[in-house]
Amino acid sequence: MQAFIQGTGCVSAQDSQVFPGEIRHYDGDRLPVADPDYKQWIDIKQIRRMGRAIKMGVAASHMSLEAAGIKSPDAIIMGTAYGCLADTGVFLQKLVSQHEDMLTPTAFIQSTHNTVAGQIALLLGCHAYNNTFVHRAFSLENALQDSLLMLAEDPSRKILAGATDEITEYSHTILRRFGLYKNASTAALQRSGTPGTMAGEGAAFFVLASGKDDKSLAQLTAVDMLYRPASEQETADRLLDFLRRNGLEPKDISLLLSGRNGDVTSDRYYGTVESRLFESTPVAAFKHFCGEYPTASAFAVWMAAGCLHRGAVPQEAMVKGDAPAAPARILVWNHHQGTHHSFILLEKC
Amino acid sequence: MMKGNVWIAGGGVISGIGRDLGECMASFEAMRPGMAYMQHLRSAHAQTFPVVEVKAGNEELAAIAGMPAHWSRTALLSRIAAQEAWERSGLGNIADYRAGFVSANTVGGMDKTEDFMEAFLANPSKGKLRKVAHHECGAVTELVADAMGIRHHVSTISTACSSGANALMYGARMIRAGMLDVVIAGGTDALTRFTLNGFNTLMILDQQHCRPFDDTRTGLNLGEGAGYVVLVSDAVAEKTQPWCRLAGFANANDAYHQTASSPDGIGNFLAMKGALEMGGLQPEDIGYINLHGTGTQNNDSSEGLAISRLFGNGVPPASSTKSFTGHTLGASGGIEAVFSAWALREGIVYPNANFSVQMKELAFSPVTAFSRGNGLRNVMSNSFGFGGNCSSLVFSKE
Repeated sequence: MQAFIQGTGCVSAQDSQVFPGEIRHYDGDRLPVADPDYKQWIDIKQIRRMGRAIKMGVAASHMSLEAAGIKSPDAIIMGTAYGCLADTGVFLQKLVSQHEDMLTPTAFIQSTHNTVAGQIALLLGCHAYNNTFVHRAFSLENALQDSLLMLAEDPSRKILAGATDEITEYSHTILRRFGLYKNASTAALQRSGTPGTMAGEGAAFFVLASGKDDKSLAQLTAVDMLYRPASEQETADRLLDFLRRNGLEPKDISLLLSGRNGDVTSDRYYGTVESRLFESTPVAAFKHFCGEYPTASAFAVWMAAGCLHRGAVPQEAMVKGDAPAAPARILVWNHHQGTHHSFILLEKC
Repeated sequence: MMKGNVWIAGGGVISGIGRDLGECMASFEAMRPGMAYMQHLRSAHAQTFPVVEVKAGNEELAAIAGMPAHWSRTALLSRIAAQEAWERSGLGNIADYRAGFVSANTVGGMDKTEDFMEAFLANPSKGKLRKVAHHECGAVTELVADAMGIRHHVSTISTACSSGANALMYGARMIRAGMLDVVIAGGTDALTRFTLNGFNTLMILDQQHCRPFDDTRTGLNLGEGAGYVVLVSDAVAEKTQPWCRLAGFANANDAYHQTASSPDGIGNFLAMKGALEMGGLQPEDIGYINLHGTGTQNNDSSEGLAISRLFGNGVPPASSTKSFTGHTLGASGGIEAVFSAWALREGIVYPNANFSVQMKELAFSPVTAFSRGNGLRNVMSNSFGFGGNCSSLVFSKE
């Protein structure tokens, strides 16, 4: 079952109207978020108490609902790899420093991974199906797969699906100690050829429906995940199999939108598989716009839907070949440290 | 695209009342709840709040699980219950199937993260990184999937206390869509200072043994453990003697408050009603309800009123097994799914411990004695949680 994307919302390091607008560039080892005015959607008293994962998720979900002209969806399905890190960090810090004494509930309440989907339901008064996937770089992918299943089970549904992840000072310090990041410039990240990437965060949401109408921006054709492939060859085989199950060959793909993040090892993997399957396919990247995080593929889906709808791909996104005019099909292929691969196929509608 | 039935081919549990399903059954039959002061979790509240710990240290659990003892206890518990579930299914080599692992948990490897934070907060360059390597919920799931040899599908769900039930639903739907043949689905959570202190700030921890569905109840006892069922397609079910069928399920949101249930339990009502409808069943078809029944004022009142609204004067025998296992959070939906499926197979109705005073707002009270030989046809299992997340499962004999 395919779906039509009826509305999108995105909070990221870029403005929500970035394409075809001006791209923001950053230096350092992390990309900040270009925060929208959250007061549009959330009570000002609540904003002060909310972690950014929650604010970004609520904002992006509302943008997508408004764009789709939907008041209340028939399902709210989201992904978050890290969950509400800010509130988790606050509660942990107090727990340790106050020796489990005199703690207050707000941070704990907001630390649970389903806080964002719960808040969206609460703000909308929405009693519908509500689910949260928390599986690393498969979080958004499972939310999309669950959505496609929901539409197959009942095509009349309108589904709100998306993902959110935040960076905190604690998480960034810890992940930096794992050696994930380097100081770089987003403008040159895709040519850096050294170990490490730049951290990012953000939220993107989509309203999905089974029928096409004048709101439809693009078609979400299929989603698949590949866990721990033994080799680049297995990944190439599975990617080809994914395309063929959808009646396609590599040459039918107008643009491969890859998860290249500037890390030399990680990027080499894309190059190896591309040389076997996509020799003549234009290749773009997105993580120099949004940074690296486990649900960054949500940004890629948002960007791909926009490119298909506008019929244009920004030249700044390209890493191989020229930006295709009026692309018909975009394949998002993202991998996380070679262990988590996701394939998301989108088409013009 | 969506077709066929989903069967329960087996199940496995580890909890504070037993290290496997057999030990848990013996504890129910002997009316032996698992509450005690904590022996394994290190906390300032060790002598204040009774908890239901799995009665083994990490070294011992690691030896059973075949995993390193420095890994999160959440993974050790998960591996032990998932392995029991698979063995009880009698399906042989897991590599022969398109297999999935859908596991739920609420705080991932937090038991190790909270140790890490003590050193890290004093000096951000300190704290062993291996203690946070499996912090993410999904990382815990992968340790177990890798140990079980599962690669076709691996995912993690976290919807607070309803997580485990949602794992069963997602697994069942992937089987019905023809994506997988078998799915090990359920949940796991170890006790942590993070959750213990969190629930303490909400003032819903009982300093005595919890008393679900009792008018004098004052809160819940936290527990820990893991529980998984093996979900299989019609084709795989033909090769085995399944316990029962997962006939209906529904997930609804209460949309009332981030942590509290609405007074009339609208989310609970919608979940139970939806599960019955999917199963093509009427309220009178249900022979036993495994309640969410945490023992908090709020949950038991909302759940009880929602049950009264749906079942009217015909409320079937019902009990909260949390009066034995404590509230195991992300694991509870999985553990109670195993108990419910086993109840159907064996005709068991579980007792609700510590009940003495009828709740004023309800016309029904929980079952207080263990019994076998009940002619059960359909059993309902409820899981409700923070974020308004409400899920209900219905198991059927055939």
